[in-house]
Amino acid sequence: MIEARDLTKRFGDVTAVDGVSFTIGNGEIYGILGPNGSGKTTTIRMLCGIMRPTSGTAIVADVDVVRDPDAVKARIGYMSQAFGLYRDLTVMENLRFYAGLYGMDREWKERAAWAVESMRLQDATRRLAGNLSGGNKQRLALGCAVLHRPPVVFLDEPTAGVDPYARRVFWEIIRDLASRGTTMIVTTHYMDEAERFDRLAFLSRGRLKAVGTPTEVKAAFGENLTLEDIFVELQERDE
Amino acid sequence: MTRHRLKRIAWKEFIQMRRDRPTLAMMLGIPIIQLLVFGYAIRMDVRHLPMAVYDESRTQESRELVQKLEATDNFVVKRRAPSYDEAVRMIDRGDVRAAIVIPEDYARHLKRGLPATAQMLVDASDPNTSQNAIAAAQLVGQRRLIEILAVRAGMRADDRPPVEIRVRPLYNPALKSSIFIVPGIIGMILSITMLIITSMSIVREREFGTLEQLIVTPVTRGELMLGKILPYALVGYVQVTAVLILGRIIFGMPVVGNVGVVYVVTFLFIVANLGLGLFISTLVRTQSQAMQASYFFVLPNILLSGFMFPREGMPPIAREVGLAFPLTYYLQILRGVLLKGATFVDVLPQTGMLLVLATIFFGFSVVRFRKQLE
Repeated sequence: MIEARDLTKRFGDVTAVDGVSFTIGNGEIYGILGPNGSGKTTTIRMLCGIMRPTSGTAIVADVDVVRDPDAVKARIGYMSQAFGLYRDLTVMENLRFYAGLYGMDREWKERAAWAVESMRLQDATRRLAGNLSGGNKQRLALGCAVLHRPPVVFLDEPTAGVDPYARRVFWEIIRDLASRGTTMIVTTHYMDEAERFDRLAFLSRGRLKAVGTPTEVKAAFGENLTLEDIFVELQERDE
Repeated sequence: MTRHRLKRIAWKEFIQMRRDRPTLAMMLGIPIIQLLVFGYAIRMDVRHLPMAVYDESRTQESRELVQKLEATDNFVVKRRAPSYDEAVRMIDRGDVRAAIVIPEDYARHLKRGLPATAQMLVDASDPNTSQNAIAAAQLVGQRRLIEILAVRAGMRADDRPPVEIRVRPLYNPALKSSIFIVPGIIGMILSITMLIITSMSIVREREFGTLEQLIVTPVTRGELMLGKILPYALVGYVQVTAVLILGRIIFGMPVVGNVGVVYVVTFLFIVANLGLGLFISTLVRTQSQAMQASYFFVLPNILLSGFMFPREGMPPIAREVGLAFPLTYYLQILRGVLLKGATFVDVLPQTGMLLVLATIFFGFSVVRFRKQLE
């Protein structure tokens, strides 16, 4: 579903992402892990077609992100790190707006009803998005990102600053979407979430340090290490 | 570009506009307040200048002179000065703006046929005001002179003078500045609100983080820009209508020409200003920068367009800079159509220039706005 080939992004002298390659299969929950500033967000933005790679490319849902970034946009869902919806619009209005941008005219009602139900927002449809709790905001953002049934969804640190209960609900929804064939790419720096991924990639200073299932990654670094230990070790090795 | 996406963006802007009560109140309240303030306050025609009188002559003739000055409506006697120095001091203090000094021998000289002199002191710190006053005072003197010469030449005092230039003021016979000002206010208010509000709109999306979510959707630049300005264009039309109606009721502004022409041309003017606002929006990073950049355009717009000062009196450079502002052409069209009854054909050159500027500004902003985040 996704194939990154030697993705590189430089901002002036700084190389934010340095020759990253990986493949992600259909319906996988794929984690991109790494400390702040390791290039997770930059990688995701390049995969979404909103940032042009300095070199390399990626094929996302059969489309080349360098050659046709606009075609990528119609086939993916994206949820930015900061809450990116309109705080002065209600839950329903936000859903209707994004349904419209994704080209849904008459069927928006049906899709919005689906999103409200699967994101568990039944009690909040008439509330302004700005007044929602952190967990509700995050699920609304996910709802807007999957309205148009994209085969690939990118979530940039979706669970940052959300309480543990809301995080658990959110993961249930992610697993549910993946079980129906949606490929989910999620960045995080919460190590306790790492075990939830089908496969994961460690990024540090823009370079790919390890790729595989949680068990494989653990095995590669030593059987008795937790993912958290590996995370810390990788970071220390860099410094 | 799909009509559906365009409609949805305009719909969203409308909801946001409706919920932002202070801004909405400003957009609708400002035109009315400015109309009243400018309509009543801007008086190019200075009337009733306070005047002091220092009359040493104290005669029938000297009183007549003061009366004649007052009869021009340019002066009102506010003070009697006991001495010349005191008259000057009154002007210094700002108690009066002019003083008439009539010497002791004024009536005597007049009767004997000798040159009779009276002195007029005018506070000329404001050239506009003083020029009017000076002209009025000179006119009074000349009229008196003609009367005397006519008698000497053997004519009776009420005979017609041999030469006379009759001035007939066209379009605004009462020479009221408020009538001239109202069309200007329409143009000024439109350009201020359109420019400031749209210059904030893209930046606001950037500041609130909503732009990032927006550009991962298939929405195009044109759809986004056009969808954003449509609701504000509607606000612009509401403003024009409000000022036209109030200008007519309160200031009795005549509408000689076809209002339909005004409404058609207004569309081009609005698009030009919205385009300029969007362009600013793509140049700046924060809402406060957008605000400052807008003022950078608003001030020269008002000063160089002919709203305040006649463009004919400007140095060539200022006049040419003014040609880059849509307001310059729009004002000519408004004044032409509303006050003089100009037809659409009459204002075609200015309309053409508005079209050119609208295309340039709007085109620039679409090119500048990148859908890629860098």
